[in-house]
Amino acid sequence: MELVGSFLLDPLQSSIGRHALIEVTLLGALSGALGFWVVSYGLSYGAESLAHGLLPGLVGAALLGAPLIAGAFAGIVATAVLIALAARDRRVGPETATAVAVTGMLGLGVLMALAPATPQRLAELLFGNPLAVSGGDLAAAAALTLLGGAALFALQRPLAALAFDAAAAGSLGVRTGAVRVGLAVLLAVAVCVAVQGLGNLLALAALIAPPLAVRRHANSVGGAMTGGAAVGAVSGIAGIYVSYGLNVAAGAAVALALCAAAAIGALAPARARARATRLRPAPSPR
Amino acid sequence: MNALVECSGLAAGYGGAPVIHDVSFAAGAGETVVVLGPNGGGKTTLFRALLGEIEPMAGRAQLRDRTAYVAQADRTSLDFPVSALDVALMGALAHGRWWLPPSRADRRSAAAALERVGLAAEAATRFGELSGGQRQRVLIARALVQDARILLLDEPLAGVDPASAEGIAALFGELSGDGRTLLVSSHDIESARRYERVLCMNRRQVAYGPPAETLTRAVLEQTYGSEIVVIDGSGDRVRALAVQHHDHEH
Repeated sequence: MELVGSFLLDPLQSSIGRHALIEVTLLGALSGALGFWVVSYGLSYGAESLAHGLLPGLVGAALLGAPLIAGAFAGIVATAVLIALAARDRRVGPETATAVAVTGMLGLGVLMALAPATPQRLAELLFGNPLAVSGGDLAAAAALTLLGGAALFALQRPLAALAFDAAAAGSLGVRTGAVRVGLAVLLAVAVCVAVQGLGNLLALAALIAPPLAVRRHANSVGGAMTGGAAVGAVSGIAGIYVSYGLNVAAGAAVALALCAAAAIGALAPARARARATRLRPAPSPR
Repeated sequence: MNALVECSGLAAGYGGAPVIHDVSFAAGAGETVVVLGPNGGGKTTLFRALLGEIEPMAGRAQLRDRTAYVAQADRTSLDFPVSALDVALMGALAHGRWWLPPSRADRRSAAAALERVGLAAEAATRFGELSGGQRQRVLIARALVQDARILLLDEPLAGVDPASAEGIAALFGELSGDGRTLLVSSHDIESARRYERVLCMNRRQVAYGPPAETLTRAVLEQTYGSEIVVIDGSGDRVRALAVQHHDHEH
């Protein structure tokens, strides 16, 4: 019993552990909720590209002593601009443009990270370290998570209408272009928050694993989003405990916990989908 | 007649040569129009031009009241976690306040629309678990919540069993009785006789008018070319089938 108590209390006894737990809860909740839309809109490749392409921004922030979240944002903007410029050439096409731009940015980031002047280790930028999150990083992550969560709540209905029936969304009054841009901005925000704890290679797990875990079991859009947020947050916390218990890298432990949740959710039998109707039953000719 | 739907000398396409040209027709409140034509004949392009999704290359296309577009139900995301009620509620987005959850009035309106299309008991059923005919009815319910006075329905009876198709056709009659204008694209020449007007298209307008004047052997042959099979060409009434090739639709 004492052993269990010690295991549970261990991360809470230092500010490092507390910061890590709050960070993974924030990134897990925002990415988990947003991940449902990333998967629904087929943006997994785009999310991976953004997360990988922002490495020079992360390294730049480390060089300048700036918050990693600011570097991540700058890296995302630079990657997005590069992809847009390369994709303008119709002979190249958007997918090839993305691959070339992202690979180029990743290579540039590695070069910068291996420079003697760079203080932070490359591994921490690639694979993250929630245990290295400062109070300032945490405040920025909390603010972005709150803003992102509010935007997700507000955009939920147009996002659903467009994802469900893209052909009719315009006639429903949905500004389809604006909604897609809004989703891309939210994705950028979530990636910024996630790379802080999970690095640019593992951040994708926070976006893709939770929706995979809950999608087959969710009966509603709200259920899929809140379920994804819960899976993301709980998996993040579990990863930190595993990291403490087994003395392994925290970022990788969180990513593995997220992937384990995805595997369990994908393999678990879906429960009956019947929901109690609030409406008067009536005969329904087929 | 005050036309709610009007095309005048319309040509439209996606860059390059127009997919449709010389389309001129008008439909008033409460009129039902079936749009016949082969795959690639320009039915969807006509709808997209009317909805303003593509700019006319010549002429004009106008919808003069609230409009709903009802796509084929199997082109929706069938594994998306929404119930019939959730889909009907999407029609309330047209009333603004998209950033807030649906109001009680919206919910009442959606419930009433589902009842109107005979699906009150299926309100909580997941959309993807409904039959093809029921899905189509839910999409029509969404248009009712939208309070659309004009409905553009893209092959709503495709893949629907005959009994369901009969029910949906009866529903069209009720909606027309409300004063709503319906444009329905279809491959079914026989059921086209139910509508007040028939628009025959094959990249251009071949004919427009009442079924008795438009569903003639000459018009159908111009519309479908080799895709037409005439079953009974004797007498005034031609019975014919359009052979559907499932190639790219414009």
